[in-house]
Amino acid sequence: MKRIFFLDGSGPPFGHMLLALGGYLGGFDGNFLWNRIGAEYSSNVPVWSLRLLPALTGAFSIPMAYQILLELGFSHCAAMGAALLMLIENALITQSRLMLLESVLIFFNLLAVLSYLKFSNSQKHRPFSLSWWFWLMLTGVACSCAVGVKYMGIFTYLLVLAVASVHAWHLIGDQTLSNVCVLCHLLARAAALLVIPTLMYLLFFYVHLILVYRSGPHDQIMSSAFQASLEGGLARITQGQPLEVAYGSQVTLKNVFGKPVPCWLHSHQSTYPMIYENGRGSSHQQQVTCYPFKDVNNWWIVKDPGRHQLVVNNPPRPVRHGDVVQLVHGMTTRFLNTHDVAAPLSPHSQEVSCYVDYNISMPSQNLWRLDIVNRESDTEVWKTILSEVRLVHVNTSAVLKLSGAHLPDWGFQQLEVVGEKLSRGYHESMVWNVEEHRYGKSQEQKERELELHSPAQMDVSRNLSFMARFLELQWRMLTAKSDDSEHKYSSSPLDWVTLDTSIAYWLHPRTSAQIHLLGNIVIWASASLAMVVYVLLFFWYLLRRRRSICDIPEDSWLRWVLAGALCAGGWAVNYLPFFMMEKTLFLYHYLPALTFQILLLPVVLQHVSDHLCRSQLLRSLFSALVVAWYSCACHVFNTLRPLTYGDKSLSPSELKALRWKDSWDILIRKH
Amino acid sequence: MLCATSRLLAAGTATAPPAQPRGRGPGARCRRRELHFPGHPELPPGDFLLGRLARPSVPAGRRVALRRGRMPPAVGGGPAGSEPRPRRGRAGVEGARAVGPDVGAEPAARSPKRPARGSRCTEAAGRWTLLTLVTLLSFATRFHRLDEPRHICWDETHFGKMGSYYINRTFFFDVHPPLGKMLIGLAGYLSGYDGTFLFQKPGDKYEHHNYMGMRGFCAFLGSLLVPFAYLTVLELSKSFPAALLTAALLTFDTGCLTLSQYILLDPILMFFIMAAMLSMVKYNSCANRPFSAPWWFWLSLTGINLAGALGVKFVGLFIILQVGWNTISDLWHLFGDLSLSVVTVGKHLTARILCLIALPLTLYTATYAIHFMVLNKSGPGDGFFSSAFQARLSGNNLHNASIPEHLAYGSVITVKNLRMAIGYLHSHRHLYPEGIGARQQQVTTYLHKDYNNLWIIKKHNTNADPLDPSIPVEFVRHGDIVRLEHKETSRNLHSHYHEAPLTRKHYQVTGYGINGTGDSNDFWRIEVINRKFGNRIKVLRSRIRLIHLVTGCVLGSSGKVLPKWGWEQLEVTCTPYLKETLNSIWNVEDHINPKLPNISLDVLQPTFPEILLESHMVMIRGNNGLKPKDNEFTSKPWHWPINYQGLRFSGINDTDFRVYLLGNPVIWWLNLLSIALYLLLGSIIAVAVQRGTHLPAEVEGLSQVLLQGGGQLLLGWMLHYFPFFLMGRILYFHHYFPAMLFSSMLTGILWDTLLRLCAWSLASSFLARGVYMVGILSLLLGTAYSFYLFHPLAYGMVGPLAQDPGSPMAGLRWLESWDF
Repeated sequence: MKRIFFLDGSGPPFGHMLLALGGYLGGFDGNFLWNRIGAEYSSNVPVWSLRLLPALTGAFSIPMAYQILLELGFSHCAAMGAALLMLIENALITQSRLMLLESVLIFFNLLAVLSYLKFSNSQKHRPFSLSWWFWLMLTGVACSCAVGVKYMGIFTYLLVLAVASVHAWHLIGDQTLSNVCVLCHLLARAAALLVIPTLMYLLFFYVHLILVYRSGPHDQIMSSAFQASLEGGLARITQGQPLEVAYGSQVTLKNVFGKPVPCWLHSHQSTYPMIYENGRGSSHQQQVTCYPFKDVNNWWIVKDPGRHQLVVNNPPRPVRHGDVVQLVHGMTTRFLNTHDVAAPLSPHSQEVSCYVDYNISMPSQNLWRLDIVNRESDTEVWKTILSEVRLVHVNTSAVLKLSGAHLPDWGFQQLEVVGEKLSRGYHESMVWNVEEHRYGKSQEQKERELELHSPAQMDVSRNLSFMARFLELQWRMLTAKSDDSEHKYSSSPLDWVTLDTSIAYWLHPRTSAQIHLLGNIVIWASASLAMVVYVLLFFWYLLRRRRSICDIPEDSWLRWVLAGALCAGGWAVNYLPFFMMEKTLFLYHYLPALTFQILLLPVVLQHVSDHLCRSQLLRSLFSALVVAWYSCACHVFNTLRPLTYGDKSLSPSELKALRWKDSWDILIRKH
Repeated sequence: MLCATSRLLAAGTATAPPAQPRGRGPGARCRRRELHFPGHPELPPGDFLLGRLARPSVPAGRRVALRRGRMPPAVGGGPAGSEPRPRRGRAGVEGARAVGPDVGAEPAARSPKRPARGSRCTEAAGRWTLLTLVTLLSFATRFHRLDEPRHICWDETHFGKMGSYYINRTFFFDVHPPLGKMLIGLAGYLSGYDGTFLFQKPGDKYEHHNYMGMRGFCAFLGSLLVPFAYLTVLELSKSFPAALLTAALLTFDTGCLTLSQYILLDPILMFFIMAAMLSMVKYNSCANRPFSAPWWFWLSLTGINLAGALGVKFVGLFIILQVGWNTISDLWHLFGDLSLSVVTVGKHLTARILCLIALPLTLYTATYAIHFMVLNKSGPGDGFFSSAFQARLSGNNLHNASIPEHLAYGSVITVKNLRMAIGYLHSHRHLYPEGIGARQQQVTTYLHKDYNNLWIIKKHNTNADPLDPSIPVEFVRHGDIVRLEHKETSRNLHSHYHEAPLTRKHYQVTGYGINGTGDSNDFWRIEVINRKFGNRIKVLRSRIRLIHLVTGCVLGSSGKVLPKWGWEQLEVTCTPYLKETLNSIWNVEDHINPKLPNISLDVLQPTFPEILLESHMVMIRGNNGLKPKDNEFTSKPWHWPINYQGLRFSGINDTDFRVYLLGNPVIWWLNLLSIALYLLLGSIIAVAVQRGTHLPAEVEGLSQVLLQGGGQLLLGWMLHYFPFFLMGRILYFHHYFPAMLFSSMLTGILWDTLLRLCAWSLASSFLARGVYMVGILSLLLGTAYSFYLFHPLAYGMVGPLAQDPGSPMAGLRWLESWDF
């Protein structure tokens, strides 16, 4: 919105971009903090236009449900039933009335399914016609939008892909088509269902990164190079730094791994305690740690072991891969050193210190060989930000590493840095990059200190390619994990089917009007029942067909299977994966699955009335039952309406009466 | 090894009368190609190798006829049409055979001479010779220098120790099921090991202790893998060269070799997996004679091996899935076969349920029964289990103990979390470090028994000593407000609105107050789950919750491990979310109150199913608890097939005797290539078939072998490999080896088929056979040579590390990440 860079673990940027677009068109200037649930929107927030998009998509989902059932080959009656059920589902209404992404996701899910059905129906009559192409392309676009809104969309995408590939396989087996024709079909599908979504997805990120070019609260997670490419933040500092690190350069070294927190190589006047708490001894030399804040003590000077000067020559002599260097701590002018002394918290590794000569026959071992990990050639120059380097100790071949442990009080809770003796392969905690960098000019220590305190400013700009930024952003998004696995309204997937949980979205500051995410329990229960009936009937038919007993005609069997694959399959792929997820789950994660389940409901009902009710009497009886059941659902909708819209303040006794399940957290104001 | 291979060749040339095959005119050879090659894609090479080992006095075509002849008449006899149940999609064996009979019958009918009885014997002899040879070679490589090194290597420290526990009958806890360790213990016991060696850490010398029995047992099972793989591939492809190639791949793989030579669970696990696979394939090939003796034999053997695999490690689940899948598709075909009555299908179903579900389950349960019967002494694993369970173990303080039944004020108690493997509520004289909540005394949970686990339960409002004889005994009741005083430090269990150290949304729990005097934040309401107010609280059996009076939160443990300052004990928090989870439910375990009468605890003895369930819960939790820490090197599943990094079994420095677990890179990379090739070839064939292309008969036969037999192996590889990507626990390189077995078998079949296809596409028969022979031979020799290169990894090496350019191993360090 304010073009500030942010990172969201739940999904790619497309959904947020759509919301922002709505706000932008409504004239929202982004100056609202969104920090507390229930805070009043100030007058400059065009709430209506921000909420317009989810509401629109939620509304469009209903006619689409109708269309889908028609395309699946079911009657208008069944299609109408599906649409009406969607209409009175409280949870879907609540979700689409607020500024949330679920209804957008559901819309694109349904759009993908619908356009695929349209496409495969036109396949029989007019392949390669204009509408054929249109629906095929629309499938791909809708899929990519669904994935772009939330990662959950990928499940629907996979489902559509699976159905498409089964159809394609049948196409291959169709011997009435020529080889060329089959090839064309396959290529068209691959282009529309694989290439287009990928391109669209990249496009979302491209737009995202173009729009969001200022630095923001999530900068810290990204690498230095990424941060440097954002306006403000780190870029303000790094802009215009010299690119090549030379002998005499003053640098700060950031650990690439950055866990538990991003930090910089640091040292300070304090020494390691002579004896640790557990009785082991140390070298009593100056501490070297990793410090998560910018500090003047993070500056190091790269020195050529063969010379004494700490300034950059003119012209600068760049440091290359494989060179042996010394690192001098800027404020204390001590040398980075490691030796065969156990590190304070990781006794298997070597202690790293800044060498203090106590004259106790412990020589300084302060030579480090530079190993540029992402080098392209063996003579690569050490570059600011871009080069990821390992510092290998010359005497012991230990590697400078962030162990991640917090030092006790004597180390000011900073992070421990050790020399890892066993150079077992590559790990990011051993890799460092130069973040801030400038050529040192001052000969004298005092001047140098002054220089270190002054911010670096020079002028060259640097840009990361889009692909590199995309890959990094994608990687961080997928690996970013939130720690708090518990929330007041979090729930487990098992609670969803039976609606054993609810989420309170909003409570009026004074009255007890409130909005809850609560489903229409009649619909939820009957949708789950329909699911069970479908599965049982499916297996029954399948087994009977295997023994060559056909209860239902071939075409209605095929329809039955396709409807099941899309609706029951849609439910399964949108629901079952949650059992394997470790993140915090909420009831609204179930809504996409629920939508598919609702679609299945009229399918099963129509099937029962067409094929299982044999006499006219039974059939009319069944219709009457369906009508009764539907009015029951309407009644429930009506009863729960105050909680869905939050428009009416209810008395505590009414609220208590609405609390049908003990697990529903309906807020009752105590007076 | 070269010498062994050359012996093979020498044997071949010695037995083969050189003149024989060449003695026949070119015309004869030509006819031979015409006659049998098309129908029997598998034969010419079989002919070639057999021809060298067993005398090729009979034309090959006839031998096929012979083989068919030995089939029961239902299958072997007539043309294909007469086969009673032509089943689509059976194992590759049948696929190949389905083509077999009709074409195979032809040359036999045309052949002028009937096969002599003697040749059948020679053929059988040749087959046995080959098998013996393969087995011998495998045993020779596995047992060579088995006693080296004479110290503990790697995980021997665990499994050897656990073997000793069985001998000493001490109870312990491990994340794996017990069968593997039981077998190790048994082997040790039989070979005279007395269980006295401590197995403390890798590198400890065995000295006079007899460890060879246990190593020998593992090596024995490890050696059997090779013949099993050989037989499986032979059964799937009916081709000796394919089987031989597989055997060579496994024999000469340094990784398999290393893994088989030590006291580990993996050789036992792989043995059961391969045995299950072999018996499954065998019983598939008996499918045309259902309910015959061999059919029953192989079916139940499959079941037994499945139980074994699962009983060693939970990885055995994957082979169960594979067998399950095979069985379901098998039943599905039977079910679709309308010539079978429903009753017959029902019989099939029952037989499989009996042999593949009931039998393994019984055996698996039996291993646990033995496990619990043997281990009846208290040991290091007690704390992981519930209080009731511990009452079984002699030496445990709950064994035959008698404690007061109802909780009263003034009792000294220990409180245990109901969730498995959380432990006892614990406190000690250390404060929370600065910056983490209030600087008060830490409260944690601790898995082991300790004096610091003792708490005194007191009334919230008086500090009078309830043990004073003048005060009558007052029982604690459901809903009472109590105070828990830590016995050692006299501090009260306390909570307040500070965030907990790790779970930020919970409140911190501390020890507070001096000599039992604290503040109102020390008051807890004690509640029994599912009980009415006013009930007494029973020791061990009541499930209680402690609710903090002021904040309304519930005492619980998050199960997270505290950092160093908390001695890596588990975090205790007060959760504001009142959901009922096991984390926040506790029971009272020890209970000391001199004023109350004691009752015996024997009533609490859990039943066997309860024990079984509990130990599984503990194991699953233990497995999930093996999480890699940040900043630690872990092996990733994608490292494995490319052989990215090995495991150091023993020795670090250049003076040590070093053993390094690393697959033979030639073999592993060949396997990797083969999987890619297989996918390519398989999809080409599948698309061609789907397009309805008419393949020539011999290609059809080959593609059947490839799709059916290879498909099963590919499934096995995938099942044993891909699930690891989803596992959160810490992973090691050796987890890949079961998958590697399957991929080696796939390689055998693939290259055999590929070379046959090449040979078939070449017009000239001479060239065709030449290509085929050269191909197979070069593969065999290549693997053997690579083994010669890499054998020091497995058999141990001394000298400078390979990083050192002067080391003899320096040239072998093909990847930077190998550090031997």
